[in-house]
Amino acid sequence: MAAGVENEINVPIASDHDVVVARHKGRGLATELGFSASDSTLVATAISELARNIVLYAGRGEIVLRTTHNSNRPGVMVVARDKGPGIASIEQALRDGYSTSGSLGLGLPGVRRLVDEFEIVSEVGQGTTVTVRKWKG
Amino acid sequence: MEVPILKQGDILIATVQAALTDSDLLQLRRALVEKVVKARARGIIIDLTAMDVMDSFASRTLREMAHMIRLRGAETVIVGIQPDVAFAMVQLGLSMGGVTTALDLEEGLEYLHRRFTRMS
Repeated sequence: MAAGVENEINVPIASDHDVVVARHKGRGLATELGFSASDSTLVATAISELARNIVLYAGRGEIVLRTTHNSNRPGVMVVARDKGPGIASIEQALRDGYSTSGSLGLGLPGVRRLVDEFEIVSEVGQGTTVTVRKWKG
Repeated sequence: MEVPILKQGDILIATVQAALTDSDLLQLRRALVEKVVKARARGIIIDLTAMDVMDSFASRTLREMAHMIRLRGAETVIVGIQPDVAFAMVQLGLSMGGVTTALDLEEGLEYLHRRFTRMS
């Protein structure tokens, strides 16, 4: 295990049921770390959006949940990974109101507001990995 | 997880009892829009007290549901959105659009009864 990584939960994502499982596990992890109910809800909501993007755009992928540390604060790290079509313009995808699936298009910019750290790596034809972290408040 | 729908006078009450998947939400929407006509309902209350996450899909589906029900001649009130859920919705940039919301079932019923009295 890498330094600072204590716990890892892997949730395969292939259906809307898996979206519920992933956010439920994420909430559990946040609560275990002592997150407030409000922050745990933010984590669960972010996972819901990320997992749904996987189902919607890539069909399948995975959500990896980890506990992590930043100096003296614990946090939850969520990695949403798929081998889907990838995102041609990340800049565009991070703009409010943009969507290629006819959905609301609030997905990624909204998720970014729910968490403390947000990274996205995507390559057309290769897939997308979104990594977010939320620290205990 | 199917959401039970109760009829109380001319009001339908749908109480969400656990986390809903996307298909559960779509199923609820189908069932309610159908039942509004069959039951000749004038008001619908959707109780979300037990809903622990409202993401973009859930709020869009509920908003669309309320609009469909309005086109069928009835009014929807969404009740019981928990404070933490409301906070996350605002952070995410979600709104319930023009859908009426109320604190809880009791307030929702009161609101609809007031509306019906005014209309008759």
